[in-house]
Amino acid sequence: MSAEISEGTAPALVAPRRSRPRGRGRLGLWLPPIALLLIIVGGTYLVNFLLGTRNFLLPQPHVVAQVYIDPKNGPAIFEALLHSAEVALVGLAIAIAIGVLWAIAMNSAKWVERTTFPYAVILQSIPILAIMPLIGFWFGYNFAARTIVCVLIALFPMVSNTLFGLQSVDRGHRELFKLQGASWWTILTKLELPAALPAIFAGARISAGLSVVGAIVGDFFFQRGTPGIGALISKFGARLQSPELFASILVASLFGVLIFLLFGWLGRRAVGKWYDFG
Amino acid sequence: MPTAVATDTLLDFSDVQMTFPDGTVALSGIDLTVKRGEFVTVVGPSGCGKSTLLRIASGLETASHGTVDLATDRIGYVFQDATLLPWRDVQANVELLAELHGTPRADRRAKAKEAIDLVGLTGFEKHLPRALSGGMRMRTSLARSLTLDPEIFLFDEPFGALDEITRERLNDELLKLFVAKQFAGLFITHSVSEAVYLSTRVIVMSGRPGRIVDTFDVPFDTPRDPEIRFTGEFARLVGKVSHALREGA
Repeated sequence: MSAEISEGTAPALVAPRRSRPRGRGRLGLWLPPIALLLIIVGGTYLVNFLLGTRNFLLPQPHVVAQVYIDPKNGPAIFEALLHSAEVALVGLAIAIAIGVLWAIAMNSAKWVERTTFPYAVILQSIPILAIMPLIGFWFGYNFAARTIVCVLIALFPMVSNTLFGLQSVDRGHRELFKLQGASWWTILTKLELPAALPAIFAGARISAGLSVVGAIVGDFFFQRGTPGIGALISKFGARLQSPELFASILVASLFGVLIFLLFGWLGRRAVGKWYDFG
Repeated sequence: MPTAVATDTLLDFSDVQMTFPDGTVALSGIDLTVKRGEFVTVVGPSGCGKSTLLRIASGLETASHGTVDLATDRIGYVFQDATLLPWRDVQANVELLAELHGTPRADRRAKAKEAIDLVGLTGFEKHLPRALSGGMRMRTSLARSLTLDPEIFLFDEPFGALDEITRERLNDELLKLFVAKQFAGLFITHSVSEAVYLSTRVIVMSGRPGRIVDTFDVPFDTPRDPEIRFTGEFARLVGKVSHALREGA
C-alpha cells in the first residue's frame, strides 16, 4: 500500500524567496548616499572659500587627499592605521570569544546568569575614560593596554546579544530535542548556537564598530611603542596640521565603516539563507 | 506500581489527574487505552487539557496522580506547528531525529529518503522551510517523525492552522500512512469531522477540568473513501459527537 500523494512534486512550484535587491536595486541603494557625499565635498569647498583667512579650519578636499601621497605623512598615516586595526581586530576577537562563552555559561546555568549578568551591565556603564589611567597603570602603555580597552568596550553587545539569541530558542524546538533525550552539548551545538547565530552576528557588528572606537581611544592614552592612528590624530591636532588631521580622521572613519560592512557581509553569508540579516 | 499491560496495548492511562503548580486542575480521572491498530482521537473545548494529555503521554510532563504506561519507546510526536529548524533544508530536517539518536549518516539518509517519499516531498529535499507552504512544512514534520518508525504516533492538533482543503488532503494521506505503517495513533483536534474521519474511536472531553464524557466507536473500515464524509451515517456520527461535546462543555 503506497501512501504517495499527487500534489506538488515539481520543485519549480515554489520559488525560493529573494531577500536582497540585486542589479539595479543594489545600485539604487548606493546612489543616494554617493550623491550626498558629492554635495558635502562641494559644500566643503564653499565653506573653505567663505572662511577666508581662517580657512585652515576646513581644508579643501583635494589638499586633504594630497596628504595620502605626501611621502612624509602618507605612509605614516597608513602604518598607524594598520597598527590600530590590529589592536581593534585582536580586541574584537577576544571580545567575541569571551562574550559567546560567557553567554553560553549564563544560558546553561541560571545561577551563573544571576551572579554575573549584573556585572556585564556594570561593565557597560563604566565610563571607559575614567578607568584609562588604571588600565595603563596595570597593563603598561602599549599594545596590551590598548587591546584591553577594545575588549572592555566591545564585550557587552556580544554578551547580551548572544544570551538573547540562545534564550530565544522556540519552545517547540526545545521540546523536540528533549523528547529525543538530547544531551546538553547536542542541544547547544545543534539547536541553541545555530538559532543564536543571527543575534551573534548582529552583536559582532556592533562590537566591531566599538572596538575601532576603543583602539583609537587607546591610542590617545597609551602612546608607548608604535603609534596608532589615534596618536597621529592627537599629534596633528595639537600642531594644527589641518589637512593631515583631516586625512587621519578620514581613514580612521573609513576603517570603522569597512569593518561594519565586513561583519554585515559575514552575517549575510552565515545566516542570510534562512534569516533576513539587516 | 507496574501495571500488567497486554502486549497489544501501547498506551494506558489509569485515573490520571494533572494539577498545575498554580492549583489549576487540567485533567481529572482519565482512563484511556490505545491499542495497536487503533487511531484514537480526542476532541474537547479549548483549554480542556487535551494537549496536556498528550504531553503526559509523551513524557514531556508528569501526571500529578495516576499511572501512565507506555509500552514502547518508539514514539512519534507531531506538534501544533511544524517545528522545523529554519537553517536546515527538508532533507536535513527529516534526518534530525535519527541524527540525535546517533544513526550513521548513510542509514539516516536512506530513512529520510523513504519518509520524504511517503509524504510526497520528493524533489523538495534542498528547500528551506521558509520556501515551503504550511502544508508542506507539516508533511516535512510528519516525515521527520516517520524516520523513527514509531509504534505510536501522538498528534497535537497538527493541522489546526491549515486551510480546509490542505487539511482534508493531509487527513487522507495520514489515513493512508496509518494503513501502510500500522502505527497506533492518539490524535488531538478540535474538529469533530476530522476526528470522525480519521479515527477508529473518538473520545469527547469536557471543559476544565478535562474529563472523558463520552466515547464513540467509529464503524467505518480503513482505508476510507474520502466520500464517506458525505454519507448520512458519517453525518449522524458527527452529530452525536458534537452533541456530546456541547453537553460536556
